[in-house]
Amino acid sequence: MSTAADITREAERWTQASGRSLEAVNDIVSAPLIDRDRWSWRAWWISVVISLALTVVMLVTILWLFDKGIGIFGNNTTVVWGFPIANYVWWIGIGNAGTLISSMLLLLRQHWRASINRLAEAMTLFAAAIAGIFPILHLGRPLYFYWLAPYPNTMSIWPQWRSALIWDFWAISSYLLFSLLFWYIGLVPDLATLRDRAKSPVARALFGIFALGWRGSARHWHTLHVYHTTMACLGVPLVISLHSVVGLDFAASLMPGWSETIFPPYFVVGAMYSGFTTVILLSAAVRWGLRMQALITVEHFEVMAKILLAASVIMALSYATEWFSAWYGGEAAERRLVAFEFTGDYRVLYWCMLFFNCAIAHLFWFPSVRRNIAAVVIIGILINVGMWLERLLIVLNTLSHSYAVGMWRVFSPTIWDFLLLFGSLGFFAFLYLVFCRVVPVVSMHETRRLLSTEAKQ
Amino acid sequence: MSAMLVADFRDAGVLVKASHWAKAAGYPLADAFSPFPLEGMPELLGETSTRLRLWMFIGGMTVAALAYGTEFWSAVYNFPIDSGGRPLHSWPAFMLFPFAVGIFGAALTGFIGLLVKCGLPRLHHPLFDINGFERVTQDHFMLALHAPQAENDKRTAVAWLKQAGADTVWELEW
Repeated sequence: MSTAADITREAERWTQASGRSLEAVNDIVSAPLIDRDRWSWRAWWISVVISLALTVVMLVTILWLFDKGIGIFGNNTTVVWGFPIANYVWWIGIGNAGTLISSMLLLLRQHWRASINRLAEAMTLFAAAIAGIFPILHLGRPLYFYWLAPYPNTMSIWPQWRSALIWDFWAISSYLLFSLLFWYIGLVPDLATLRDRAKSPVARALFGIFALGWRGSARHWHTLHVYHTTMACLGVPLVISLHSVVGLDFAASLMPGWSETIFPPYFVVGAMYSGFTTVILLSAAVRWGLRMQALITVEHFEVMAKILLAASVIMALSYATEWFSAWYGGEAAERRLVAFEFTGDYRVLYWCMLFFNCAIAHLFWFPSVRRNIAAVVIIGILINVGMWLERLLIVLNTLSHSYAVGMWRVFSPTIWDFLLLFGSLGFFAFLYLVFCRVVPVVSMHETRRLLSTEAKQ
Repeated sequence: MSAMLVADFRDAGVLVKASHWAKAAGYPLADAFSPFPLEGMPELLGETSTRLRLWMFIGGMTVAALAYGTEFWSAVYNFPIDSGGRPLHSWPAFMLFPFAVGIFGAALTGFIGLLVKCGLPRLHHPLFDINGFERVTQDHFMLALHAPQAENDKRTAVAWLKQAGADTVWELEW
């Protein structure tokens, strides 16, 4: 992977020729927001209708859940965590990746991030917000969720600070607010561009207010740069701690298959893995839907595919470490659990998960696969399904097959489990579709800077 | 309020070159405006160090200390619960909350610090009255110099800026 500093060859540039002037970048990125009549929005409207329908499904499921309680899910007295917790871990993983990708690539001076960081950060915001809903829905009495916060109350009690649930609450809320600041501050110069290009007075006023009066002063750019890089330095440990806390929800227990020291880093890598696949899907959708071919290029998909390949190897290593520790530790329940994973009730899902997460990404050794966007997208979807299966199986295998043999039970999901899962996907898609029409999906100022650095060579 | 000369350039390189010349010729640089950060410009303007990181550190540590203090006071004094003989002051389990909110505290302090330092939000500025300033957030580059007092010197400066590659030079006060 090259940085802009050593780019000399045409093949290594991160933009296509048609997007290589400042005005071209401004025009391509702002067209969907202020020049809306350039193409018909049929695909967008169809997607909005479908995603809105799924959002309604989600809302109805939530209402039904509030009315009837968590008995509507497949959870039973042994498998007390089911889909909601698996969905939570999966969504928060996707939610992790945006800021992780964006800040790590910034610190590593990977200038190609200019085309994808904005859409990855937006993905983070929506996915983390959706993830935050699931633990609340999974509470027996969701109306008391605010007890997680320390507030002066007539009972004069405090949250239990030693509880992983409290850690989750603070980690998610801090992360969400942090990501919002990180995303917004990077957006301010672009909002100023839109303010100055907008044709309607209403759009100009709205963009103008949110642009805070940005005028591209060199002093402001300097302060923004200092703030942005410092935020990136803070963001990396924050995201790592966030998904580590999610790992600790499991690892801090005393259950076979959960009480493992590898859980925090293993969860973080999994988050990056599923997050990157989601970034690939969104990049492909945005590239096609908003005509961004000049800015989001095949080269972007190629480097992201390479990262997926690396993450896949690390995932395989993590699974192998789990099996090895179970065998080497010698604990009967641990060994029994590994055998149950491969041969028990959920074996088909487990084998599928191993295939999707550890095997399929090896197709990315071939440059022709990495440079074929359709192939990268399909493999990305399969990996994301694999990662969801992993989150689900972490919950199901251990709970179904823990120490007490008399407690072994199998989980079977109900229709409500699936409705909530697909409803949340629809809600995410809806939020994303709206985002595409109100905020520039590619960072214009960072792309302009990339062009100027490339042009100097 | 002081008088300024604002020159419009089409090219970033020309502006940077002009700023070097202006500085060497003794014209005090006021600011530069561009659609992306220009390398070397903060140094030319004397913006080399900033206390923003220090403020972020102080803000983050304060929030983290408050969070830890809340945990300590509530768990040890205000509402002690003996849960299976675990120490009331369970510091390892108490670390995460201060860490997460501390980082957010640093981010928020930095955000506020950035707004204060840049004087934003400021929805109107005399610069916005310049016809063509809207290109500065798109593809034009502008350089602002403190205008010399004497009318003669001012004319020389304007001529000099035009020679350096400026399309138009405006005079305004802010």
